[in-house]
Amino acid sequence: MKKELPLLLQVFSQTNSVEQLTEGEWDFVIRQARAGMLLARLYYVLKTSESLNLVPKVVMRHLGSAKVHAEKQQNDLLWEVRHIAKVADKLDFPVLLLKGAAYAIGGYAASEGRIFSDIDLLVPKKNIADAEKQLMLNGWLSSNKDAYDQRYYRQWMHEIPPLVHMFRGSVIDLHHNILPITTSVCPNADLFFDSAQSMDEYKNIKILSPVDLIIHSAVHLFYDGELDHGCRDLVDLDALMREVLGQKQTNVNALNTRADELGLQRAVFYAIRYASKVLNTPVTCIGGAMNAGRPNKLVLSLMDFLFMRALMPDHSSCNDLWTGLARWLLYIRSHWLRMPMHLLIPHLLRKSWGRLTGKAAH
Amino acid sequence: MFSAKSVENALMNQGLILNVGLFSFNIQSSIRSLSHNVTTLYQDYPDGFSEDRARFIDFHICVEPPNLWHKYYKGQVQFFSDGFAPFTPLPYQHAPAIIEWGMNWCVSQLINTHLIIHAAVIEKNGFAAIMPAPPGSGKSTLTASLVQEGWRLLSDELTLIRIDNYQVSPFPRPISLKNQSINVIKQRYPDVVFGIESTDTSKGTVVHIRPPKLSIELQGVECPVAWVIFPKYEEDAETELTIKSKAKSLMDVADNSFNYSRLGVIGFDVLKNIIEGADCYQFRYSQLDEAIDAFAALELPQ
Repeated sequence: MKKELPLLLQVFSQTNSVEQLTEGEWDFVIRQARAGMLLARLYYVLKTSESLNLVPKVVMRHLGSAKVHAEKQQNDLLWEVRHIAKVADKLDFPVLLLKGAAYAIGGYAASEGRIFSDIDLLVPKKNIADAEKQLMLNGWLSSNKDAYDQRYYRQWMHEIPPLVHMFRGSVIDLHHNILPITTSVCPNADLFFDSAQSMDEYKNIKILSPVDLIIHSAVHLFYDGELDHGCRDLVDLDALMREVLGQKQTNVNALNTRADELGLQRAVFYAIRYASKVLNTPVTCIGGAMNAGRPNKLVLSLMDFLFMRALMPDHSSCNDLWTGLARWLLYIRSHWLRMPMHLLIPHLLRKSWGRLTGKAAH
Repeated sequence: MFSAKSVENALMNQGLILNVGLFSFNIQSSIRSLSHNVTTLYQDYPDGFSEDRARFIDFHICVEPPNLWHKYYKGQVQFFSDGFAPFTPLPYQHAPAIIEWGMNWCVSQLINTHLIIHAAVIEKNGFAAIMPAPPGSGKSTLTASLVQEGWRLLSDELTLIRIDNYQVSPFPRPISLKNQSINVIKQRYPDVVFGIESTDTSKGTVVHIRPPKLSIELQGVECPVAWVIFPKYEEDAETELTIKSKAKSLMDVADNSFNYSRLGVIGFDVLKNIIEGADCYQFRYSQLDEAIDAFAALELPQ
């Protein structure tokens, strides 16, 4: 049943040289990239492999346009980070940037051409209220006015409801962990602060250690139900693993050991499995810790069936009959993993009631 | 060669390919009024039925009901750019206008090889006049008249200025007329071909007219900018062309641009160059004849 991967992914994994692409094939590459929010990323991938000169002119203007857009986003992001750094100067506890913002200020290749949406911050749980207060004094206000949502987030989730800047509209997700505290594998967040990397440019802002960046990216992709950006997230993981691990077994071992410490072997197992299957990431899955993350045969073949569909770019040319179902089942799975039944069922009932009566915002 | 039957067939199957200026669109839709409008308005465009499907197409777009609920209960359709829906569903009858708005969306949101200004742009003697103006300023009525009086239509909605050489790339499309201006143009120019009216849209009654044939034949010919003119229709106003300061002109064009801030410093450089090289005017009018004369009297650059 092995079928060919979408053209875009063949280009990303360099199993297909762009030199051989016809204009008709480029049409699909560009459409798949746009749907997967990977158009600007594609520009940088081709730039790094010095193959931009092989791109036909009519195609190039779409890549160039996407690059302009991504650069603007990157600029805007760094501007927001400067403002956040000023807030962090007033706080006496560590403030970490996560995901896209971390790749950008850490200078990781994963940030090249990446489309950013929200800025994710991590602070110790006991300091959440102080952080929120300081952010509020600097213009970031809670956008969600619903009392149930506010309580639900604050009691069970790993973040508080999004904070939106009243003038600039930038959105901050303030976290105290990388998974909801109701998840069975919710890690000890202190470990992230202990090994965080300092940044030269920012005195009071740090980012996760290199291996933790990989682990967080994996957890986000394989525990979060929103897979519309699944392909983009897998491309992030591929870039991070290539850069951080660099095909050195000692680095892979360090990743394994860290996954053990945090109890997140399953997410790391999936990350390595699907990144290498889909994007040819040169990381081999061996060693004791990796075995701990491996699900049994039946589960693994089910997950292969689901993820090999859900991780494709969200474009009609990449779908088969099962893609919609696969994305839906993984969405259900993520809720199942993140909340025990006695919380999940009342929550879903309450949300459906809100939706039926038209009171819920989403 | 653009028969109604073949257009409808193409739209309902693989799609109809339209080449407009620099861009190609593949359009799909099963909506009759849209098909009729496309047949009427896009008669003169090249390669309408290219059989060569193995080529690169800039934008794959369609207008269809998003689902059965919207189709049968709400009677609404939606614009899709390759599966992505930037607008909410709108009434079925607006389909002919929706496709035009959607084509504008594609270029204004996804293209950054040009500085894109929400403005009409016309050409005479090799030089372009840009007319940025908010809705209601009579920009389209003026444009529709001027292109019947010897000016070439480069675009009615989107002025595209190349960021590498500051030339205007034509993007000639049907001109959109609203409300009272529909009758004004019908009476002045009885030969102009009108599409189907979309009534009760958010902009009132909207109809598109077929652009002059010559403007389409010359859609590959770029030109430099000589004038930036801010038109304003005012009832009973005397025709008045006054010089507008360059600084104010730059700021006002920037306000009317889709991607000025996205382009960053490049956007500023392009705009600065255009404004420095052009004569900038504020233009008030109420009589189209006088307006046409005023445009004819514009001085060519040295």
